Amino acid sequence: MRITELFDNGQFVVTAEVGPPKGIDASHVVEEAKEYLSGITAVNVTDNQSSVMRMGSLPACVMLKNAGLTPILQLTCRDRNRIALQSELLGAAALGIDNILCLTGDHTKMGDHPGAKPVFDLDSVSLLHTVCQLEKGVDLGGNELVGEAPKFAKGAVVSPCSDSVDAQLAKMERKVMAGAEYFQTQAVFDSEKFIQFMEKAKQFGKPVQLGVIIPKSAGMAKFMNKNVAGVHVPQEMIDALAADKERAKAGITGVEIAAKIIKECRPYCQGVHIMALGWEAKVPQLLELAGI
Amino acid sequence: MLITELKAKETIASQLGSKVFVIFCHGCKEIRFPEKEADDLLEELTAAGKVTGSITTDYICDPDQLKLRLEKFAAAIEGADTILVASCGVGVQTVASMFESKKVVAACDTYALPGFQGVTPLEHDCKQCGECYLNLTGGICPLTACSKSLVNGQCGGCKDGKCEVDPGMECGWERIQKRLAQIGRLDALKAPIQIRNYATDVNI
Ligand code: SF4
Ligand code: SF4
Repeated sequence: MRITELFDNGQFVVTAEVGPPKGIDASHVVEEAKEYLSGITAVNVTDNQSSVMRMGSLPACVMLKNAGLTPILQLTCRDRNRIALQSELLGAAALGIDNILCLTGDHTKMGDHPGAKPVFDLDSVSLLHTVCQLEKGVDLGGNELVGEAPKFAKGAVVSPCSDSVDAQLAKMERKVMAGAEYFQTQAVFDSEKFIQFMEKAKQFGKPVQLGVIIPKSAGMAKFMNKNVAGVHVPQEMIDALAADKERAKAGITGVEIAAKIIKECRPYCQGVHIMALGWEAKVPQLLELAGI
Repeated sequence: MLITELKAKETIASQLGSKVFVIFCHGCKEIRFPEKEADDLLEELTAAGKVTGSITTDYICDPDQLKLRLEKFAAAIEGADTILVASCGVGVQTVASMFESKKVVAACDTYALPGFQGVTPLEHDCKQCGECYLNLTGGICPLTACSKSLVNGQCGGCKDGKCEVDPGMECGWERIQKRLAQIGRLDALKAPIQIRNYATDVNI
């Protein structure tokens, strides 16, 4: 099932994100997703996230699909050139994966193989364009595909709380030009900023899913503020996390913060995308608190 | 070593305003400059009544020297809305950063040739990619100013205006965004989708 159909039906689409293991046994990823994420619409599978080498996104997507979930294949341009990316897309379609999220990807220097060659032959925009070409039955070299063409729900990302939001909006527009059909955002901790962003982004007419991270502790919040682009946790949230260490440790404060953001932003967006970062077990509670 | 080749006439024409000041750089001795084609172009533009002035010089990558040489053309430059620069990518970037309120148009694509490159510019860098993007980016090279050499806009990694890869470096696409806003050329961000052609890039 392509998730664009649900957006078209006016459904508030909930997705969450899981990362494949650094190893060959993905059973715990699948088990956790089955237990905590089967109630939501779809599950993103990251592609060597943060440039840290792991099992590929596609095999993990297939495992989740076999377990009855709807996977979204994340595809970055960091590790593959246009030939490998197109080849991966054909393979995904052949295996029944029809939801994708196209990203440029973090730089190799950010990960656990900093000496690796960064590829970036394509970027998120030209990758989306490439997908549209394949859907027309032609590859990027202009050669015809044999047989049925693939069809995907084509997603992209945008960073609404970035301090260079104009450049982000310009890029978003290019992604729409290139064929993006829905957007998932970087984690939002400032509802006001997100709402202002949506005021400008709604002109593109594409569904946007609010990105949510459950803050685990004051330390994690401070770390993100210092190191993660486009993420800013306001001081009062950090104080709330620091005030009651027991509640924060149990996840209650973080879940409450995330639920509040979802409630405030819900009227302005078309779905929510949860980056649980290992706290998948808290997702059902979060959704209940947020009233979804 | 490098070679510059004039872009297609239509490509150049589509970038020009109504009044143009022209700068040709015959460059360092390692460079091949398309002299004849450039002269033809200048002739055509002059015949069309578009040219407010022109200079043929060398080493425009040296901003101090260039400033001195352009002094006597101040009125002609003032009267132009566009400055057309036929030089390598470094030269165009030098001019673009000197005239921040004018539209500076690159007339050439810069290709690499194996061997020694004559100048080592401090501020601007050109990878000699063979399909110059400066006309889409307000004269800031996206290949050298962006850590990922992105040609379709900013990635999600810009924090406090700095690049995720090197916090000591300003994000190239943040600079491009600001420059385009400053020169009233934000429409350049709606240009067709760009896909690099590595066949023109002999560095690969
Ligand atoms: S885009 Fe950059 S690398 Fe390519 S020719 Fe222009 S200045 Fe040189
Ligand atoms: S942060 Fe800016 S300079 Fe760095 S890779 Fe992204 S777009 Fe390029």
